[in-house]
Amino acid sequence: MANNKMTAMLQWVDERFPLTATWKAHLSEYYAPKNFNFWYFFGSLALLVLVIQIVTGIFLVMHYKPDASLNANGVPVAFASVEYIMRDVPWGWLIRYMHSTGASAFFVVVYLHMFRGLLYGSYRKPRELLWIFGMFIYLCLMAEAFFGYLLPWGQMSYWGAQVIVNLVSAIPVIGSDLGVWVRGDYVISDATLNRFFSFHVIAIPLVLLGLVFAHIIALHEVGSNNPDGIEIKKKKDPNTGIPLDGIPFHPYYTVKDIVGVVVFLMVFSVIVFFAPELGGYFLEYNNFIPADPLQTPPHIAPVWYFTPFYSILRANTINFFWVDAKLWGVIFMGLGVVILFFLPWLDRSPVKSIRYRGPIYKGALAIFVVAFLILGYLGMLAPTPGRTLVAQICTIIYFLFFFLMPWYTRIDKCKPVPDRVTK
Amino acid sequence: MKTMKKLLLAVLFAPLTVLAAGAELKLDRAPDKTRDVAALQNGAKLFVNYCLNCHGLSYMRYNRLRDLGLSEQQIRDNLMFTAEKVGEPMTIALRRPEAKEFFGAWPPDLSLIARARASEFGSGADWLYTYLRTFYRDPSRPTGWNNVVFENVGMPHALWELQGQQVMKDHKLTLVTKGTMTPEQYNDAVADLVSFLVYVGEPAAEWRKQIGIGVLLFLAVLLVVAYSLKREYWKDVH
Repeated sequence: MANNKMTAMLQWVDERFPLTATWKAHLSEYYAPKNFNFWYFFGSLALLVLVIQIVTGIFLVMHYKPDASLNANGVPVAFASVEYIMRDVPWGWLIRYMHSTGASAFFVVVYLHMFRGLLYGSYRKPRELLWIFGMFIYLCLMAEAFFGYLLPWGQMSYWGAQVIVNLVSAIPVIGSDLGVWVRGDYVISDATLNRFFSFHVIAIPLVLLGLVFAHIIALHEVGSNNPDGIEIKKKKDPNTGIPLDGIPFHPYYTVKDIVGVVVFLMVFSVIVFFAPELGGYFLEYNNFIPADPLQTPPHIAPVWYFTPFYSILRANTINFFWVDAKLWGVIFMGLGVVILFFLPWLDRSPVKSIRYRGPIYKGALAIFVVAFLILGYLGMLAPTPGRTLVAQICTIIYFLFFFLMPWYTRIDKCKPVPDRVTK
Repeated sequence: MKTMKKLLLAVLFAPLTVLAAGAELKLDRAPDKTRDVAALQNGAKLFVNYCLNCHGLSYMRYNRLRDLGLSEQQIRDNLMFTAEKVGEPMTIALRRPEAKEFFGAWPPDLSLIARARASEFGSGADWLYTYLRTFYRDPSRPTGWNNVVFENVGMPHALWELQGQQVMKDHKLTLVTKGTMTPEQYNDAVADLVSFLVYVGEPAAEWRKQIGIGVLLFLAVLLVVAYSLKREYWKDVH
């Protein structure tokens, strides 16, 4: 009886909205390769972190005040409101730490998700657009993190924003006016804080959600890649039309991803509850001092997820072609991100997956990863001549990985690719 | 092949050795007394008597000190000298322009000092513990005091009656006038005060860790359930 009513209700909905059809197309009859490994957890985890950030963000906005004026105790209202959340709002500390840890966790899972793409050639035809949507998500994420980092209005918030906004002033002719336009003032100020707040809580999240939607739609159109880098749609059951190596996303990957979610939440909880600052990497110590426009900290470093690109920026110390070193830094930093968009066309290998690639690509990828990590490490330290030299070498390696890719992926000795997925 | 990989990794990471850091700040390790209620109460007393004239704890409300096992009446009677209501923050009467005139700088609010002073050289507690024990007489300074970890500090040695007076001789600190406390007692008192400041930096910290254990236990149980579910479903995938 109850079952009949449910069916009738579902039918009522289905006549007006494609509920069952959507459920089937994207979950119960979306066929994913059965050989996903460890690296395939990070897509769903990125979605989980997105939800964590949005939900905790909603609660933070209820108590946070984007106001740079000083309160009766001489503390900026924005900074004091964060401490108010930490002390006086019930469970405010938990919401805030989940949000601050979530920011770093987002970049952890997204970097691993992107690295998975590099390992198995997930950006190759027919997934170029999927990769490009993903890259736009990454850009939005960087913008979101940058705008959000100003909000606590600590010393690092303030001076980090100062350094990054000053980069636009490196642009010839219009640079300094552009800087004023971005800040809404001659220095980072209340006007900047308010517009960054607006970008952080509404503008960028809206774009981000749209892109995530497009990313998933594109994925479900072309189907998931897999660790063997072969198309499961090429081998279908002649009667059912279902890929022989495919299994329905729901229930198989939903139950598997739940395991991934629980493991992730355990790691996440260890940080949130036992080391929310994570040794100064997730919450910088200097940011517990309220922003002071008159006192520049001796060492300004961005949070870890920006440091590889910050290193590339600082590595440019030579003025050449009559262009200022600072502008070259900005150009190369931008190029360092933009070049990732072109990956689908730079890679000319006949195979997708690292499993069947030759030694040249494996070596190139290993060196690239090490260079990227060193750049990230150096970005956290104050520059010295020795460090700058290492950063310059790593910057060259970073770009050579991409610029030489069309050549070395073609001459590499690849192994034969199997017809069906392997374990 | 394995050794080849190891060798390759070693070569790749070798450049990191040239990156060793420059100037070192030597800090003494502060004893952790953040779970010792008596020590925290003593720290609160020291703070109210010696620090709260110039340094506020503006994010900290008096009644929050109930965390330290004190009743509201005890807080009112022993710790509240400048506030009217027990829900008020621990602020100071000293105004900014006056402070600037007296010390050349505004004595910072200390609510978050234990978190802000952390660095690669040690925790914020280590810094404070070292700082409060390394004041020495320096006639060249306007206050007559200088400090080892905070060179040319604007603050005079507020605890000098307890510690006595030190001078810097051949790059070493020597006690020349005795204080009301022995060096051991003084170290203990400073450790109490520093632990109190660590507590003030994040009053929810102990509670946070307790909750964390519960959350992890729950997730561990959930992991067993989730993994069993996954195995059950995946039985038929070959």
